[in-house]
Amino acid sequence: MNRLQPVRIDHTVSDTLAEIKDKVCACIQCGTCTGSCPNAFAMDITPRHLWRMLLMGQKDEIFTSRTFVLCSSCYYCTLRCPRGLPLTEAMSDLKQIAAKEDMIPHRPSTRFYKCFMDSVRRHGRVREAEFISTYFLSMSATDPLLPLKYASMGIRLLQKRKLALKNPLQKMSERSLDVVFKKVEEMENQI
Amino acid sequence: MNYLYYPGCSLEGTAREYNISTRSFMKAAGIKLTELEEWTCCGASAAASVSPLLSSALPAINLAVAESMSQTENLLIPCSACYLNLKNVEEKARKEPGLLKRINKVLAEKNLNFKNRTKVRHLLDVMAHDIGAEKVKNLIKKDFSHLTIAPYYGCQCLRPYPVFDDPEEPVSMEPLIKATGALVHSWNMGGKCCGASHMNTKIDVGLELVYGILKAARGADAIVTVCPMCQMNLEAYQDKIELKYKENLNMTILYLPQLLCLAMGMSEDESGIESNMAVTKTFKEKMKKLPK
Repeated sequence: MNRLQPVRIDHTVSDTLAEIKDKVCACIQCGTCTGSCPNAFAMDITPRHLWRMLLMGQKDEIFTSRTFVLCSSCYYCTLRCPRGLPLTEAMSDLKQIAAKEDMIPHRPSTRFYKCFMDSVRRHGRVREAEFISTYFLSMSATDPLLPLKYASMGIRLLQKRKLALKNPLQKMSERSLDVVFKKVEEMENQI
Repeated sequence: MNYLYYPGCSLEGTAREYNISTRSFMKAAGIKLTELEEWTCCGASAAASVSPLLSSALPAINLAVAESMSQTENLLIPCSACYLNLKNVEEKARKEPGLLKRINKVLAEKNLNFKNRTKVRHLLDVMAHDIGAEKVKNLIKKDFSHLTIAPYYGCQCLRPYPVFDDPEEPVSMEPLIKATGALVHSWNMGGKCCGASHMNTKIDVGLELVYGILKAARGADAIVTVCPMCQMNLEAYQDKIELKYKENLNMTILYLPQLLCLAMGMSEDESGIESNMAVTKTFKEKMKKLPK
């Protein structure tokens, strides 16, 4: 019997979405992901729609939408996808592109993660006070009032002895992961 | 039964009472925990949003340290986010030999080698299956039969890897709750999402999710959790939810081992309950007036 050859999607070398497309190319548009997503109510385009846009290479539309930053990694879609696609991972991949390209509308999320990782890089473990103050600094141009939104929570955490006020921005700790981060950057840039 | 222990960053700070009560509970159950030497951050939910290799390398550092400490002991992790990050590497490195190589190229910078031999275990898995409700029952000194407890599992100890419970309709906490004499609140929100870090960057979305959970818990005396992020989201925003939805949904939120420590008659210091952000007056009064 003659069988059809599987069709490979043609990626151009510069296509930053190529790897993510590969992950979702078997999507059958059933919408189980959308129906399972706890955050779908707040999304401007549904997850099902997003996968289609991804396969059509609509990069601008994907990144002007806030759908992928609204993924809270609950893994319902990954668990239930009838094609077994790693959809939560694909959402993270989109977040990585938004972070790498420092896209302005997604900065509240991407910089939050970046400042967190910077603190881990310096000390091996996250230092919450340092992490949150560098986040405020990095967001000060877009949202100068941001610290106020966190103030009452900060006070409550201090009262409950849940926040260690170690000298923020002190020099790197012995536990620093700087060499690890450097090696990862070097290896990821080689690709 | 001994375990290697990875507390993770939250348990040093915002979830200090989870650390305190886990250690107290394990001590009472006769289990020795050996904290991982010089453990480092697992990458939380941040690393996967920044770099794929980093999100594998950071958990692998800790797995490599665990391997160097013990060939036989499982690695016990109370935080669901840490658990999933480490579990993810365990699973992926098994399926993708290329990844193991890449990870070890990074780990060489720290003179570590990762062979993927350590078994990663969530605290709830160990409590429910290694220790078990029968053993817990023998340690209980108080009667909680006048309390109704809502078990809240959250996402990342259940999904995407259904290791020790049903990923959609989890039940593993129920025998442990019943061991205290308490009733289990009947609801279908146990495995639903708390919004995770949305509370920090997209608070309206986070509030909506937590509102749904707290509302469904009505009628229970407390919700018990097994994840620092779930705990914080459920306990710390109740006043904001009341302001936004004009409904008072105040609810006591405890970590599962805290509930068991209380039922074992432990002190506030041992259960860490003075660090909780939502313990209602009604709950405190009920605790004072135990049935026996």
